[in-house]
Amino acid sequence: MNPNQQILFDVPGPRAQRRIRIATVLGALAILGGIAWAVHQFASHGELAAERWQPFTTWPIWRYLLDALWATLLAAAATAVLSGALGLLLALGRLSAHRPLRWLAGAYVEVFRTVPALLLVYITLFALPKYGLNFPLFWKLVVPLVVSNAAAFAEIFRAGIKALDRGQTEAGLAIGLRRGQVMRLVVLPQALLRLTPSLVSQLVGLLKDTSLGFVVSYTELLYSGQVLASYTHLLIQTFLVVALIYLVVNASLSKLARVLQARNGRLTTRGRSAAREPAATPLTPGSTAR
Amino acid sequence: MDALTGHLGEFGHGLVTTVHMTVVTTIGALLLGVIVATLRICPVPLLRGVGTVYVEVLQNLPLLALLVLFVFALPTIGITFPLFTSAAIVISAYEGAYLAEAIRAGINTVGVGQAEAARAIGLTFSQSLRYVILPQGLRAVIQPMGTICIALLMNTSLAAAVGVVELTQAANNVNLVEAQPIAVFTGAGLAYMLLALLISRITGALERRFAIVR
Repeated sequence: MNPNQQILFDVPGPRAQRRIRIATVLGALAILGGIAWAVHQFASHGELAAERWQPFTTWPIWRYLLDALWATLLAAAATAVLSGALGLLLALGRLSAHRPLRWLAGAYVEVFRTVPALLLVYITLFALPKYGLNFPLFWKLVVPLVVSNAAAFAEIFRAGIKALDRGQTEAGLAIGLRRGQVMRLVVLPQALLRLTPSLVSQLVGLLKDTSLGFVVSYTELLYSGQVLASYTHLLIQTFLVVALIYLVVNASLSKLARVLQARNGRLTTRGRSAAREPAATPLTPGSTAR
Repeated sequence: MDALTGHLGEFGHGLVTTVHMTVVTTIGALLLGVIVATLRICPVPLLRGVGTVYVEVLQNLPLLALLVLFVFALPTIGITFPLFTSAAIVISAYEGAYLAEAIRAGINTVGVGQAEAARAIGLTFSQSLRYVILPQGLRAVIQPMGTICIALLMNTSLAAAVGVVELTQAANNVNLVEAQPIAVFTGAGLAYMLLALLISRITGALERRFAIVR
């Protein structure tokens, strides 16, 4: 067991070990009961029959689903690149010395941080065409996602830039760099390195947002699942498989974020650990800020 | 403007549904969040595993995929709830995972000495959690929990995609009748912004009232 965890409770003695065993057995029984009930529900409605799952072992179905996953990744990549760039500009705008620029960027972030992405999707679907802005299907999904994710990215960038030691900026100015140069050569490289885990976490959120393609009828994973389900009438099987694909992709990305976080922790403490006061021992292991 | 004033009833109904959904799911998500955060730090390894799996699964699935699965697919194996209830259950479960992580982060901010002191005076795990750790841990993360509540408010709009007529869907319906997209969608956007502002005001007030200055 992780040593940190023993702060909340003692090394279990005989009685505590007995209670842990009882709780384990009860918990296992509850889980098994839940699984048994689920299997019963599947079986009693004939959804467990082999021929209702067999299609998901065939290549055409998987090729269809992998094509859909590719469309999801494509939309996510386009959204990530565009909203990342826009977010960085907004963050710089919010931190700029010009008041109108600060105000504009601030207003953008405040507005689009609190307006649901679905409302923006509805606007691109039903409002913009009326004014002659009829995007292709792909951009009908990507544009609203870029608009709303840019606000999220702006907040991440701003937090990262502000969290950097003021001394870095002051030192840059002291050696005669201009403000733009300080930002580009000194502040941003350091801030971006530290932000990588948060940016990767935001990627997970963004990839999940592409499921709004369901509303746009852009053939990403969820909408393709819907099409497949209405074609094969294998509703629960299809959506479970689709959920599983999302889970595998996103869990890998989340894992990457955690690995980067751990590596960053090592990078930023290296060579400075002597000057640093010892960090407080966390009560639970492996927690990530979110 | 006529498009807004002429359909105040529909807008009002959508707004009430959104607020109702937000309040119900916030309560559900808070309860789930505390339970899952507790599971993740409890002495029983199996239950810790359950908590971890819960958070990993719910945080890595799109909410819309969960809603579609729950609303359209579960009835085929005989599990059916009213539409509003289904949406509320799914959104609570989803946001519960995020609140659990926030609460766990809060528990991490509680000084080690507090936990050691609680054990030293003989409190059991659940007692020290209830009387010492959670009251301090929860107070430390009021602000992050408020941020999650605003995300929850925005996510209630996804219920529209499975057929709940809340604010977003009401706006869309009114627009289909009136064809006045600018007025209608700006109105809905403003309503969301006001609700978000209200939530951040409430969390601000709670923070001033309860947060411990260290």
